[in-house]
Amino acid sequence: MAPTLTGVSGFAVEVEDLHVRFGTVRAVDGVSVQFPAAGVCAVLGPNGAGKTTLIETCEGYRRPHRGRVRVLGRDPVADARELRPRVGVMLQEGGVWPALAAGPALHRVARFYRDPLPVDSLMERLGLSRLGGRTFRRMSGGEKQRVKLAAAIIGRPELVFLDEPTAGMDPQARLAVWDLIRQLRDDGVSVVLTTHLMDEAEQLADEVVIVDRGRVVATGSPSGLTSRYDEVLTFRASAGLDTALLQAALPDGCVVVEDPPGSYRVEGTVDPALLAAVAAWCAEHGVLATALTTGRRSLEDVFLDLTGRALR
Amino acid sequence: MSLTDSEQGAALGPGAFAPRPGAAPMARMVLAQTAAEVYSTLRNGEQLLLTLVIPLLLLAGLSRTSLVSLGSGPAIDLVAPGVLALAVLSTAFTSQAIATGFERRYGVLKALGATPLSRFGLIAAKSLAVLAVEVGQVALIVGVGYALGWRPVGSWPAAVLLLLLGTLCFSALGLLIAGVLRAEATLAAANAIYVLLLVGGATVVPLDKLPAALAGGVRLLPSAALGEGLRTVLHAGGGLFDVLGPLAVLLVWGVVAVAVAARTFRWE
Repeated sequence: MAPTLTGVSGFAVEVEDLHVRFGTVRAVDGVSVQFPAAGVCAVLGPNGAGKTTLIETCEGYRRPHRGRVRVLGRDPVADARELRPRVGVMLQEGGVWPALAAGPALHRVARFYRDPLPVDSLMERLGLSRLGGRTFRRMSGGEKQRVKLAAAIIGRPELVFLDEPTAGMDPQARLAVWDLIRQLRDDGVSVVLTTHLMDEAEQLADEVVIVDRGRVVATGSPSGLTSRYDEVLTFRASAGLDTALLQAALPDGCVVVEDPPGSYRVEGTVDPALLAAVAAWCAEHGVLATALTTGRRSLEDVFLDLTGRALR
Repeated sequence: MSLTDSEQGAALGPGAFAPRPGAAPMARMVLAQTAAEVYSTLRNGEQLLLTLVIPLLLLAGLSRTSLVSLGSGPAIDLVAPGVLALAVLSTAFTSQAIATGFERRYGVLKALGATPLSRFGLIAAKSLAVLAVEVGQVALIVGVGYALGWRPVGSWPAAVLLLLLGTLCFSALGLLIAGVLRAEATLAAANAIYVLLLVGGATVVPLDKLPAALAGGVRLLPSAALGEGLRTVLHAGGGLFDVLGPLAVLLVWGVVAVAVAARTFRWE
């Protein structure tokens, strides 16, 4: 296997106290993260959180107003010439001339590289061969995404940035792309992707960075992020139960929260005794608990807790 | 739509994506992009209309008609140099502005920015593509012109210099528009300017056939410099020293347009 030529630090990307502004809007407002080499890192966040700005600064499209970015140990703007062959980029929007079919579009990109992947094999791998002469303009969202993904990896890069790679894909295409991303990692490619699909991050990522309002609100492995919080017991009942009273009836260390109204969450050591205590309290107060579940919190719960539930 | 097992399994097994990065040699990248640009131009019907059909129709039409009195001698001798100027205007300016405007709109310029092809390489490729299309246009116009009885005189080196400087000037103006306006606005402006300069810019219609009130100002336009310069050489038999004025006009417009375009061009 070819050696991976990352920065001396062993990180594919290092971002230190990054600030990027558009006029008065602070799109990225003091971000410090490190993306490991030869792994998959997912940048999660609601729309407008600053994911794309963060990624595009790493790609060299934006200049930091403050802070420092190193990609493969190099400066993405000053060392662009050296980095461009080594870094593959899949943009969130556009990037392919609409009148071209997949084959000609990919051949155009392949000619910029010394040793590109064979276009036919890559198209076959991504299920693009069957599209024949269909132009980019007439492709479905998922097909367009796969053409763009193929273009990002055709030059055998060390590092790829994928901005919402599975947006608009049906489940089968998504699985095929996940499979491809896992192989990229296994073959030694560093992958940085943005997504707002929790299951995508949970399935693929070695490292998750949750971004909100231009700041990093959490980082860690998916299991680390979810287990950092205690296990939970949740149930639904009529809104407005006295949570303090319930909490007092439970073993020490348990915390009861109602959020949103009618949804109750008990955090603490989830064991048969806790379940019995909650059920007993409900019986005592004439409360019918429905949808009572126990288990580890999902990444989605963590995400919503960190970034808020309100629509924006 | 699902992917069948054979489609997923057959190609690019374990290890196939192991990093092996590297850019192609600069010359190969530039030539590949040049070929891509020429291909896109030739595949586009509207651009072919502007760059080939209209110039050839004008060449054939104006040389046969007596509707417009163009002076003494065979009409084709006066018309053909102007049609050459129009060919440069159509390819370097209109066609390039429209193509570049939509490339920006579709994110193609932005995506190219992430490939090993540098901005310099892209501009070199666009210039070569314009020149390649122009060589084809000139060959066709000269060929058809000869068939219609055109017998140009004068210094071909001087004519080629005018064509090259005109190309530089109109390319920079085209990129200037495409780099600032939205794609649709670029489309409209580039077409409108093409028609205005064709009719009133002394491209095809000689300056002395325009109303006197207009002629003084029009003389300083790059279209007039190119059209009048080419007529001075190919119709009146002039040499390099007879077209220093038009060359200077083209140079000034070109330098200013390059400077402004370099500052204002937006890649995304």
